[in-house]
Amino acid sequence: MIKTDVVIVGAGPTGLFCAHQLGIIGLKCEIVDNLDKIGGQCIELYPDKPIYDIPAIPKCTGKELTNNLIKQIKPFNFDFHLNDRVQELKNENDRWIVKTLNGKEFETPNIIIAGGVGSFEPRKFPTKSAEKFDGTSVLYSIKDKTIFKDKSVVIFGGGDSALDWAIELSNSSKVTLVHRRDEFKGAAASVNKIKKLSENKKINLITRYSIKDVKGNGSLEGVEIKNETGESKVVKADYVLGFFGLIMQLGPIAEWGLNLDKKTIPVNTENFETNKKGIFAIGDICTYPGKLKLILSGFHEGALAARGCFKYARPDEKYRFEFTTASSTIKDRLGVKE
Amino acid sequence: MAKIKYIEFNGTEHEAEITNGLSVMEGAVQNNIPGIDADCGGGMSCATCHVYINDDKWFSKLPEKEMGEDDMLDQAFEPKSNSRLSCQLIVSDDLDGLTVHMPEKQV
Ligand SMILES: Cc1cc2nc3c(=O)[nH]c(=O)nc-3n(C[C@H](O)[C@H](O)[C@H](O)COP(=O)(O)OP(=O)(O)OC[C@H]3O[C@@H](n4cnc5c(N)ncnc54)[C@H](O)[C@@H]3O)c2cc1C
Ligand code: FES
Repeated sequence: MIKTDVVIVGAGPTGLFCAHQLGIIGLKCEIVDNLDKIGGQCIELYPDKPIYDIPAIPKCTGKELTNNLIKQIKPFNFDFHLNDRVQELKNENDRWIVKTLNGKEFETPNIIIAGGVGSFEPRKFPTKSAEKFDGTSVLYSIKDKTIFKDKSVVIFGGGDSALDWAIELSNSSKVTLVHRRDEFKGAAASVNKIKKLSENKKINLITRYSIKDVKGNGSLEGVEIKNETGESKVVKADYVLGFFGLIMQLGPIAEWGLNLDKKTIPVNTENFETNKKGIFAIGDICTYPGKLKLILSGFHEGALAARGCFKYARPDEKYRFEFTTASSTIKDRLGVKE
Repeated sequence: MAKIKYIEFNGTEHEAEITNGLSVMEGAVQNNIPGIDADCGGGMSCATCHVYINDDKWFSKLPEKEMGEDDMLDQAFEPKSNSRLSCQLIVSDDLDGLTVHMPEKQV
């Protein structure tokens, strides 16, 4: 059990800057994110796109913003728990017990939900029949590629993951690549390679088709695909792989007994606390009259929520407002010498 | 101003007057019309504002897809050749009378 002052759910820009604000006022925090990297939407959806409305930074990409935020909280040495999802919150004697999917447990008086539009999860096949093979022979990511050796593998998708895996697995498996149109999103070099492999019959390339049904009782036998004119055919398959990118899903957050308004959490604008004591929500996931889903709003919300956490984390102390330019305590916390 | 008709997968019809300059997605969200999630708020990075334009004449009349829209549609639920992302359809007088059909679900 890890004891801390605050658990932050989500390592997007809002969660990161909030960690900075907590560090400044002398509180400790632990940051959990479902993604395998830090940065939320900025790193997952638009790492190379320039942002033009971060105050005092005329232009920076999603990746640059993330790297600078990481650099800014470096002095505090907070721990990140990536590839893990906050699953369950339980209240015990005015403390929150936070449990993650991978079995980590935290004890804390404060939780700050900076979960954006939810956790990033792979998009799955729309067909119901695919569910019963989910995780065994219908997969959305690859952990151990040796399982595909000498097997029939049907890959769906047109982006880099689909193309790269089709190329890689074509060495040792019987690969079929299915995509809904003739053009591919993936890198031109990979597209050319796929076309070569298809000409040389190393890959069975089928375009303008999409998944219709997954066949097999007990073990997977094949996958039925269809085109827009209603024709369909069955391709033999031991494994079916889908690479359709990530989607944000509210997931467990919906089950924490918080008031919800569509996919957002209503908060008060004094300290961004929710209807539950000690649970705060900031960034894209919170809502209040006039809410703007902008990074700069998330920064402000995080600064106020951090102060909101202070009274539960240090009930016997009084929070003192201080400037970073003037306070020697803050400078000590930042490890700066002047 | 344009009158836009949104038809849910179950057939329920909604009609709304949308101000020029808003997207067809924003028109639905602001009027509480269900069936369009728009998780990324119009950033063309979620494909949860997916609609079908079933009328061929309308489909060809719409402004062409920008780079990236088809790539994003690859990730949508059951995309077809008449699919569009409603966040990329900006309302103008020209869109008066447009009908969009929602897919069975967005995710
Ligand atoms: C294409 C695009 C362009 C944009 N351009 C701009 C711009 O120019 N200016 C601007 O201000 N904003 C812009 N935005 C919006 C901006 O990216 C968001 O407002 C911002 O990312 C919100 O930050 P956040 O930290 O609240 O959430 P997010 O960035 O969404 O991060 C939330 C994180 O929480 C994690 N998470 C959720 N639930 C759990 C859980 N249960 N357990 C563990 N982790 C969880 C998620 O995996 C995610 O990493 C843009 C967005 C997009 C998509
Ligand atoms: S709102 Fe996300 S792609 Fe249109």
